[in-house]
Amino acid sequence: MTEHIAIVGGGTGGTVLANDLADRLGTELDAGDVRVTLINDDPDHVYKPVWLYVPFGQRELADGRRPLAELVDDAVDLRIDRVTDIDTDAQELQYREGESEAYDHLVLATGSTLAPDEIPGLNDAGHDYYSESGATALREELLSFTEGRIVLSVIGTPHMCPAAPLEFVFMLDDWFRERGLREDVDITYTYPIQRVHGNPHIAEWARPLMDERGIEVETFFNADAVDPDAQTLSSMEGTDLEYDLLVSIPPHRGVDLIAEAGLGDKGWVDVDRHTLEATGAQNVYALGDTADTGVPNAGSVAHYQAGVVGQRLASEVHGRPATATYDGKTLCFIETGMDSASFVEFDYENPPSPAPPSQKLHWSKLGYNEAYWLTARGLL
Amino acid sequence: MSDTALEADETVDARGATCPGPLMDLIGAVRGAETGTVIRLLSDNDQSLTDVPAWADESGNDVLTTEETDDYYEIYVETA
Repeated sequence: MTEHIAIVGGGTGGTVLANDLADRLGTELDAGDVRVTLINDDPDHVYKPVWLYVPFGQRELADGRRPLAELVDDAVDLRIDRVTDIDTDAQELQYREGESEAYDHLVLATGSTLAPDEIPGLNDAGHDYYSESGATALREELLSFTEGRIVLSVIGTPHMCPAAPLEFVFMLDDWFRERGLREDVDITYTYPIQRVHGNPHIAEWARPLMDERGIEVETFFNADAVDPDAQTLSSMEGTDLEYDLLVSIPPHRGVDLIAEAGLGDKGWVDVDRHTLEATGAQNVYALGDTADTGVPNAGSVAHYQAGVVGQRLASEVHGRPATATYDGKTLCFIETGMDSASFVEFDYENPPSPAPPSQKLHWSKLGYNEAYWLTARGLL
Repeated sequence: MSDTALEADETVDARGATCPGPLMDLIGAVRGAETGTVIRLLSDNDQSLTDVPAWADESGNDVLTTEETDDYYEIYVETA
């Protein structure tokens, strides 16, 4: 009887895990004792951090796309399809065309989707760099922007890459300074709670930098409507902001499949934050954005969690107790301009302490973005 | 357990969430609620004791009372 491990989602978490399992379970895969299937509805793997650079004309969308078939070990069955239903009692997946497939172990790595429709007017007036279409549309606006007010509004958390809103305004500031336009451009940053970032240590570090660089800040700002004609953004707290260019971090949601399967709300799977096992079903793991652990929705998190789930699944296949646990480890480079960056590393027990910004860290970030393709292949 | 006499129209269970999760969960509930709705936020994060009143003050919503149990807080908020 072949033991079947199904991974839904071919982003960072799912792809790293598939390759990790191909390595750990190579003998069993060769013998036909185990089968690993990676299911994704796009034939390409998409590396989203590239999108931050697209509006500034520094990267192309193609830099963030590669065929999954080139990245995933041949021992893994790659299925380009969409899972439309999960029956966790029968341990069965249903695909788009109605076909069903049983699993022994299921890993959900379905990631985040954007939900701009939740804010009236946002679809019509807001730009973003959290999607391919958004990043290219924003590039067209930004490259011709020479004066006026740019508002960057973080609308709701959690969202992908919590550092990216700070990075964007720091890069904007530097980019306009380098081009001699900064005096003609006002930059306003809004955040839903009383500080500029969810993590108090990062917020405490970032706020003085923003003040020094003339980036205006509105905290306790939960956007609830956009008026595209008047070019205003209104908050639940009663503040109205005028803008010439609105860039938002739209509300995020997971996929509907999760809630329909009774595994968690809003598309996030309720998990034990150390074992990453779903609390609502047997033999189900979640990782990356999909796992509701409270840590940032970041690629490094998905990468480390994939290693943990890979070890646990290999232990289960070998009939041994699964002992690997996730400790909350998160790594993140934070761009502080066009040629400087900081770096943070933290976990459940140890808070971040942002490194002094340097050019070396900026080049480290760009270097890692290239080396990422080795990570996706399970080599780094 | 709490012996509060307040009755909530809606409960938001944010136990286990790290900061700012509980406040964001509350804000999400308030966003879709009608005026006068009483929301009970369950949180085991101490930061909620300051985050929630600060946001309520800023947004014009009312913190009616905060109850403490052995393991978590129950914060009752009435929407404006």
